Amino acid sequence: MEFGFTPEQEMLRKSVREFAETEIKPKVHDMDETGKVPMDVLEKMAKLGFMGVMVPREYGGLGMGHIARTIVLEEIGRVSAAMANTLQITHLGISPIATEGTEEQKKKWLPPLARGEKLSTFAVTEPTGGSDVLGIQTTAKLEGDEYVINGRKCFISNSHLAGVLGILAKTGEGTKGLTVFVVQSDSRGFRPGREENKFGLRGCNTGELVFENCRVPKENVIGKEGDGLRIALSAISNVGRPGITCAALGIIGSCLEEVVRYSKQRVLYGKPISELQAVQWNLTDIYMDYEASRLLTYYSAWLRDKGERCDAENAMAKFWAAEAAVRCAKKTIDVFGAYGCMRELAPQRLLRDAELLISGAGTSDIMRLVMARKALTLA
Amino acid sequence: MPPVNSIVCVKPVPDPRHWSELVVDPATKTLRREGIPSVLNPLDKHALEEALRIKERLGGTVTAISMAPLTATESLREAIAIGADDAVLLSDRSFAGADTLATSYVLAAAIKKLGKFDLILCGNQSLDGGTGQVGPEIAEFLGVSHVTYARKIEILERGIVRVERALEYGYMVIEARMPLVLSVVKEINVPRHVSLMRISEAMQTEVRVWTSRDLDLDSSRIGLSGSPTQLADLFIPETKRRGEIMRGAPDAVSKLLIERLRELGVL
Repeated sequence: MEFGFTPEQEMLRKSVREFAETEIKPKVHDMDETGKVPMDVLEKMAKLGFMGVMVPREYGGLGMGHIARTIVLEEIGRVSAAMANTLQITHLGISPIATEGTEEQKKKWLPPLARGEKLSTFAVTEPTGGSDVLGIQTTAKLEGDEYVINGRKCFISNSHLAGVLGILAKTGEGTKGLTVFVVQSDSRGFRPGREENKFGLRGCNTGELVFENCRVPKENVIGKEGDGLRIALSAISNVGRPGITCAALGIIGSCLEEVVRYSKQRVLYGKPISELQAVQWNLTDIYMDYEASRLLTYYSAWLRDKGERCDAENAMAKFWAAEAAVRCAKKTIDVFGAYGCMRELAPQRLLRDAELLISGAGTSDIMRLVMARKALTLA
Repeated sequence: MPPVNSIVCVKPVPDPRHWSELVVDPATKTLRREGIPSVLNPLDKHALEEALRIKERLGGTVTAISMAPLTATESLREAIAIGADDAVLLSDRSFAGADTLATSYVLAAAIKKLGKFDLILCGNQSLDGGTGQVGPEIAEFLGVSHVTYARKIEILERGIVRVERALEYGYMVIEARMPLVLSVVKEINVPRHVSLMRISEAMQTEVRVWTSRDLDLDSSRIGLSGSPTQLADLFIPETKRRGEIMRGAPDAVSKLLIERLRELGVL
C-alpha cells in the first residue's frame, strides 16, 4: 500500500497551486460579485495544458490520469470552486469523445479541446429529467446524412462558453433510445438560452441550451445510436462526479486553512481562540472531514486509473465530500462569528459554493442509490 | 543575429508563505529550514524568463545552475518545467556554510566547466540572503563584465547588449559586450508559469549533479572555511507598537509631532 504521490504529481500540485494563488485568487472576489467568468484566466490555463490533463499525448494532451486530474482540480478548488467546476466540466465534455470516439473523431475534436482553444460541456439535464435520464425530451431525428435536434437543456455548466458540446438526445424509446452527439456551438439551430443567476459557484457559467431544428452530421454520433445512456452515465460517474468531488475537497481544504489561520490570530479572553476547546472541536471536525474526503476521492481516482469500475466509490466520494463541504463551511462561519457572514471574507462564499455541489452531477440521494447497488452485493 | 547561450543561476529559498514559521537556531545562528517548503528565488524566475525570451527570439540554449543541497534537484526540475533546456546542481558537503564569495567561486568554476556562454543571468538578490553579491562576484571570477539592477535587456548587433539599469530615481543605459553577467530586477518581465505539458519531460530530464571532485577547485576557498564573512549574530528584531497622545491646537500639535519624530530618528 502506498499513500504517497510521485515526484511528478508533487510538481504538478506545486505548479497548479502557484498558478491558482497568483492568477485565480486575485479574481475570486470579483467573480463572486459579478458572476462573470474570467476568460483571461481560462486562456492562461488553456495555454499551460489544464484542459488536456487526461487527453492522450497523441491528441495534444498531457496523457495523465484521474489522480493527476484530481490534484489539478483540488488545487484550483482550494482557491475557487467555481473555476474548478468550469475546468472539470470541460474535462467532462471531452471524456465521451476520448473514451468512445472513433479515431477520426478523436483526431478532429481532441487537439483543439486539449489546447483549450474550445471549451466543452456535456448536457443531459432538461426540465423534465436529469437524474431521471429517460425523462429527457430532446429528440434527434435522422434526415439523410444529418440528425435534426430539437429540445432544451437546462442547468448546464459552461452553456455559454463551450465551443464543442456533448449532448444526450432521444433517438428512440427506452434505455436503448438515447444517443450522444457532438454539437458545435456555431451550428445552425443551436443557441445558448438564458443564463442562470446562482447564489453560489458564481463566476462559473450555467444556463440553457436551445436546439431548434439544429442539424448535425451523422458522423457526430459518439459510439453507436442507442448507446447514449451507457456513455452518458459513464462520463458522469467517472469524470463529472469526481470533478464535483474535487471542488468540494478544495472547499474543505480552504475551510481548514481559514479556521486555523483565523483562530490562531483572533484573541478573546486574553488568548487566541484556537486554544478554546469549543473552537478546537470545530477545527477537528473539519480536519476529519478533510482527511476522509481526501482518502475517498484519491482512492476512487486510483481505482479508475487502474481501469476498475468504481461507480459506488465515485458516488461515495461525491456524497461525502459535497455534504462535508457544506458542514465544514457552516462550521467555519461558526468559528468566524459575524465576520464569517461578511461578503469581504471567504467563509460565507465557501458555504454558498458548497451548497451548489450537492445537486451537481446527481444529488446526495442519487449517490445513495448508486452506492446501494453495490452495497446490496456485499453479502 | 547569432544564437545566445544563457546560463541562469537559481537558488531555492524558503517559501515566503511560510516565513511566519521560520526560526533562527540560537546555537548555529542559521535558519531552521526543516519542514519549510522551498521555492525558486522569485527574482531568479525573472532571470529565467528573460533567458527564455532571448532564446525564443534568437535561438540558443538555457542552462539552469544552482549550488545547493541535493534536495534542490526539485527546484532545478522546476526550472526545466518552466523552460530551461538542462540543469546542473553543484552539491557537496564541503560546499556547506559558504558565504557569497565561496558560493560564487564554486559557481564560476562550474560555469567554466560548462564552457562557452554568452549571458549569465541572475536574480539581483535572493529573498533570504539578500546580499546581491553573487552575480557580480561570478563576473569577477570569470573576468567578464557585469551589470546589476537590469530592468530591460536588448541584444544588438556584434554581441553588444544594451541594458537599462534601474536607479532610485530613473535609469541608466549601459552598453556592454557579451559574454556578460546580468542581475535582473522584477520590473524586467512577468515570469511564465510552469507548463503542465513540460512536467513529464522535466521529470525525465537528468539534472547533472557535480561535486567538488568534478570541479577544478582550491579546497581552501570553498565552504565555511573558504568564507571570509564571519556571522556575528542573526536575530529577528523585535518590533513593538506604542502610542502617544498629543493634545492641543492643530498647529502646536503638528510642531510637537515633528519634533518628536525627529527625536526618534524617523525624520
